[in-house]
Amino acid sequence: MSSMTMARSKTRSTGERALIALALATAGLVLVVPLALIFTFALRQGVDVYLANILEPNTRHAAWLTMLTALVVVPINIGFGIAVAWLVTRFRFWGRNVLLTVIELPFSISPIVAGVTYLFLYGGQGLLGPTLQAAGMPVMFTVFAIFLVSLFVTAPYVARELIPLMQQQGRADEEAALSLGATGRQMFTYVTLPNIRWALLYGAILCNARVMGEFGAVSVVSGAIRGQTNTLPLQISLLFNDFNVTGAFAAATLLAFLAVVTIVLKSLLEWRGGGGH
Amino acid sequence: MAHAAKPRSVLPGFGLSLGITLTYATIIIVLPLAAMFLKTASLGFDEFVRITTSSRALSAYWITISSAALAALIDAVLGLLLAWVIVRYRFAGRRVLDALIDLPFALPTAVAGLTLVTLFAPNGWYGGVLEPLGLKVNYTQIGIVLAMAFTSLPFVVRAVQPVLESLEAEFEEAARSLGASDFQVFSRVIWPAILPAFLTGTVLSFARSLGEFGAVVFIAGNIPGLTEIVSLLIYIRLDEYNYPAAAALATVLLVACFATLLAANALQAWHLRYVEGSR
Repeated sequence: MSSMTMARSKTRSTGERALIALALATAGLVLVVPLALIFTFALRQGVDVYLANILEPNTRHAAWLTMLTALVVVPINIGFGIAVAWLVTRFRFWGRNVLLTVIELPFSISPIVAGVTYLFLYGGQGLLGPTLQAAGMPVMFTVFAIFLVSLFVTAPYVARELIPLMQQQGRADEEAALSLGATGRQMFTYVTLPNIRWALLYGAILCNARVMGEFGAVSVVSGAIRGQTNTLPLQISLLFNDFNVTGAFAAATLLAFLAVVTIVLKSLLEWRGGGGH
Repeated sequence: MAHAAKPRSVLPGFGLSLGITLTYATIIIVLPLAAMFLKTASLGFDEFVRITTSSRALSAYWITISSAALAALIDAVLGLLLAWVIVRYRFAGRRVLDALIDLPFALPTAVAGLTLVTLFAPNGWYGGVLEPLGLKVNYTQIGIVLAMAFTSLPFVVRAVQPVLESLEAEFEEAARSLGASDFQVFSRVIWPAILPAFLTGTVLSFARSLGEFGAVVFIAGNIPGLTEIVSLLIYIRLDEYNYPAAAALATVLLVACFATLLAANALQAWHLRYVEGSR
């Protein structure tokens, strides 16, 4: 039997070759070609046109708003993720499982439904909309609606990465720190945070990618007002509907570049055995 | 764990983390959902039934479910192939392939939609080959299926991969030493071990496809009764300011996705029991 194992590791069988070829062909057609197409189409009229498309005021504003949304949403959801993970992995309490289900809900909700729920809360006929409108603080079709719905969509991202890790690490390190006289803050800064930093970074990267790319939920609540409440994904859709395909792809390259950076960082973090599983 | 025996934790921050979690979850997650359910409840039962069983809604359900099922099937086959090749074989480009699998999750759905509709345009890179053969993808249900399959591709791979990696070689070697053929080793030893993870991944892929919007909206062309999926129909109702219909349909979609995910969780529990039982 060992001779067979040896043979398997040295020369490939026909079946093995065929499967590898099939997998590479699939990945080529399904993943690599689409990615290549984005950059090819964005640059097909030359670099000058590409730069002009990127620097077009509405696209530039959309890119800025997308970054602003990520800057607001990601830190808040990092804080929330840490609080949730600390709560459910360090304490047992009544209703813990219900809480976990509620926090996971945004994963199971279609982006369009997420947008609809916010419309019925802050919209003109919504639960709080008329009151806020009367108070001079309209939410719907403003950047605040974009922030809120993005917070909803990505609420579980950081917690999901932290919970399995913190569960597995247990609370012995933190208890030791406390018994040695550390304050709660010192324990958190010097023990908890270093223990979870890679998973935290991993969750933040995934959260960021989703916030910057969110389309369905944002399209319901933003009103897509050009130069005001248009994020990059909405701008891509607007340009495409205006038959400005090259402009749409130019805007798309920014998000495609973000996607490539995201998967590179994710792979690096997984290889160093940090976050992930 | 030894800690489980402790009645109370000595660790600080229970009140703080509970306060943050409950406040935030209420404002960001629970309140909007409650608002939508209130809106739906205010319609009354008859109106709810009338909206959610209209012929346009029924055909949207059918198109959504059948497309998501086909997409999940495609993802199941491709996902199993990719996971198998990545875990079992060593070849140049393996790590790049492994990293690339996450592209559909990292790439915003609007970019995916824009790219797919351009690829399959009559003069596009793929459409230029397929259309002369009589296969039209854009603005047909095939386009919807492909867009859903693309955005959900990583689920099956990422579900099966860790299970395949953790399979111990001894089981296969034992089977082989007892005279099992390659096919028997796969069907009797490997397949039963990866089946729960494979099914979980497929159901997750189906659930995601049910609610997919961004990628589909570009390629579907929203022809009522032909290429109109539920999330598109909700969007159209919003555009018409028909908020009651949007609320009712959104509730149906929410319940459908949630039920599918409960099924996936049940499969996951079955899978965990299997893993723990084998130790």
